[in-house]
Amino acid sequence: MTTTVAPTASTPAPSGKKSGGSGKPRAANLIRMLPLSPAIGLMLVFLAGPILYCVYAAFTNMALTGTGAANVKFVGLDNFRKAFGSGAFTNAIWLTLVFTLISAIIGQNTLGLGLALLMRKSTKVVRNFVGTAVIGAWVLPEVVAAYLLSAFFNDDGTLNVMLHAVGLPGQDWLYAAPIIAVSLANIWRGTAFSMLVYSAALSEIPKEIEESAEMDGAGGWRRLLFVTLPMITRAIMTNLMLITLQTLSVFGLIFAMTRGGPGTKSQTLPLYMYEQAFSFSQIGYGTAIALVMLAIGAVFSLIYLRGLNSEAA
Amino acid sequence: MIARDKMSKLASNLVLLAIGVLFVLPLLWVLFASINRTAGLRVEFPTHPTLGNFKAVLNTDTTYRPVLNGIILCGGAALLTMICAVLAAYPLSRFRTRFNRPFLLTVLFCTGLPITAVMVPVYGLFVQLNLVDTLGGTIMFMATSALPFAIWLTKTFMDGVPISLEEAAWVDGAGNMRALRAIVLPLMWPGIAVVLIFTFIGMWGNFFVPFMLLLSPERLPASVSIFTFFGQYGEPNYGQLAAYSLIYTTPVLLLYLLLSRKLGGAFALGGAIKG
Repeated sequence: MTTTVAPTASTPAPSGKKSGGSGKPRAANLIRMLPLSPAIGLMLVFLAGPILYCVYAAFTNMALTGTGAANVKFVGLDNFRKAFGSGAFTNAIWLTLVFTLISAIIGQNTLGLGLALLMRKSTKVVRNFVGTAVIGAWVLPEVVAAYLLSAFFNDDGTLNVMLHAVGLPGQDWLYAAPIIAVSLANIWRGTAFSMLVYSAALSEIPKEIEESAEMDGAGGWRRLLFVTLPMITRAIMTNLMLITLQTLSVFGLIFAMTRGGPGTKSQTLPLYMYEQAFSFSQIGYGTAIALVMLAIGAVFSLIYLRGLNSEAA
Repeated sequence: MIARDKMSKLASNLVLLAIGVLFVLPLLWVLFASINRTAGLRVEFPTHPTLGNFKAVLNTDTTYRPVLNGIILCGGAALLTMICAVLAAYPLSRFRTRFNRPFLLTVLFCTGLPITAVMVPVYGLFVQLNLVDTLGGTIMFMATSALPFAIWLTKTFMDGVPISLEEAAWVDGAGNMRALRAIVLPLMWPGIAVVLIFTFIGMWGNFFVPFMLLLSPERLPASVSIFTFFGQYGEPNYGQLAAYSLIYTTPVLLLYLLLSRKLGGAFALGGAIKG
C-alpha cells in the first residue's frame, strides 16, 4: 500500500495513537460525529429535558389540583424547607439509607462476593444449580419477584413454616418488620448482579499469585484479605457504586410488596415522592424530592467517575 | 494437604447448596401454586395437579393483550435503543476527537441517575407534550432511559473489533456507515445480542415507567396489568396469580436461555461491566 487513497475526513487515526482532531477541518469532524445525533436527540428531549423541568418545578407550587394548578408561581425554597421540616420526609430518608445499607452494601455485595468465591471451589453441578437459582431470581420481572417474596414472608408463608419446623415463633414479616422484609427481598432479587461482576473479576486473577501465597503459608482468610481482595478493588468499587445507585431508585418491588406500609414503615424516598406527587397531586413538592434524589444519585455517580478516572490514570 | 482441600471443597459445596435452596424456595412456590387449584402461600406440592389456573387466565383481557402490549412496547424500545446505541458507539469507538471524552463521561454519569426520580418531571413533560397514554411516547422514554448503559456496553464490545479490517474497506472507498454495516456489525453480533437481550429483559420487568405513563387498560403491558389484576382487590387467587406470573416470565426466561447457550450468558455482561 503505497498511496493513501482514503479521504482524510473518514480516515481514523490508528487506534493506538489517536490524536485530537486538531488538524482536520471542523466540518469533517462534525460529519463523522453525525451518527451520534439520534442518541443525543433522545437524551436531550427525554433525559435532559425532564431534569431541567425538575429544577424549575421544584421551586414552584405546581399541583394537579387546587391553586397550584391554576396559576403556577415561584415559591423559592419553600418546598425544600417543607421537606426537611417534615417527619415523613426524614422518615423516608432514614428508610432509604437502611434499605440501601442492608440490601445493597451489606447484602448483595457481600453475598455476591461470597458466592463468587465459593463457586471457584465447588463442584460443577452445585455451581450450576446455585448459579441458575440466583440468576433466575434476577431475571424475574420486578412485580413477580415482589409477589413471590410477599408469599414467602407472609404469615402463612414458607419462611414461617421453616421457622416453626425448628421451633421458632413466626409472624407476618411484612407487618412486623417491613423494611427488613423488603431489604431481604431486594437481596434475593439483586445478588446475581454482584455475583456476575465478581465472578468476572476473580476469573482474571492469575492462578500463580494465589498459589504462591499459599506456598508461603498464607491461610484462607489471610490470602483472601491480603492477596485476592486487593486485586479486585476496582471491581468492588464499581459494583458498590452501581448497586447503590440501583437500590436508591427501587420502586416497583417495595410498592407491590407493601405499598410503603404499614403506615409509612417501608416508605422509602421514591415511594414518598410518588405519594406526594400523584396521590396528593403536589407536583412542585414531588419534584423537589425528585431533585434531592437526583442530587444524591449525581454525587454517587461523580464519586464513581472519579474512581474510574484515577484508576485509568 | 489434599485432605484439607477436599474438606474445604465439601464445605464450599454445602454452604453454596444452602444458599441455593434459599433462592429456590420462593421460585418453587410459583411452580407448585400454578398447578394447584386451592393454592395458599406456602410451598406445597398439590395433591391434585391441574392446569385449570392456566386455563382461567389465558384470555384476551388477562393475558394475550397485556403480553402483546409488552412485546410491542419493550421490543420497540429495545430496538430503538440498540439502533441509537450502535450508531453512537461507532464514532465513539473509531474516531478520537475532543468531544469523545466529555460525551462518554456524560453517558457514564447518566447511567447513575435514578430514573425513578426523573419520572415525576417526565410525567409533567408528557402532559405538556400530550404524550401521556401513548405507546410511542412511552417507547421513546423507555429507550432513552436504557440508552446510556447500552451505548457504554456497545462501545466496549465494539472496541474489541480490530480496526484493520475497516481500514481495508475505507481504502476500497466504502463509507463509514457501510463499513459499520458490512464489517463491524457481523463481527460483533454476539455483543449486540447480549446488549439487546439484556435491554429487553430489563424493560420487560420494568413496572414504574409504564405504570406512570400509560393509563388505558387496553394499552397496559403485562408488567402493570399483573399488578392491577391481582394487587388491588384484596385476597387474590394465588393459583391464578402464580400461573399468570409464569406465563409473563416465560419470554425473558427463553431469552435468557438463548443467551446462556449461545453467548456465554450473563457472565459476558459481568465481564463487560467490571471495569
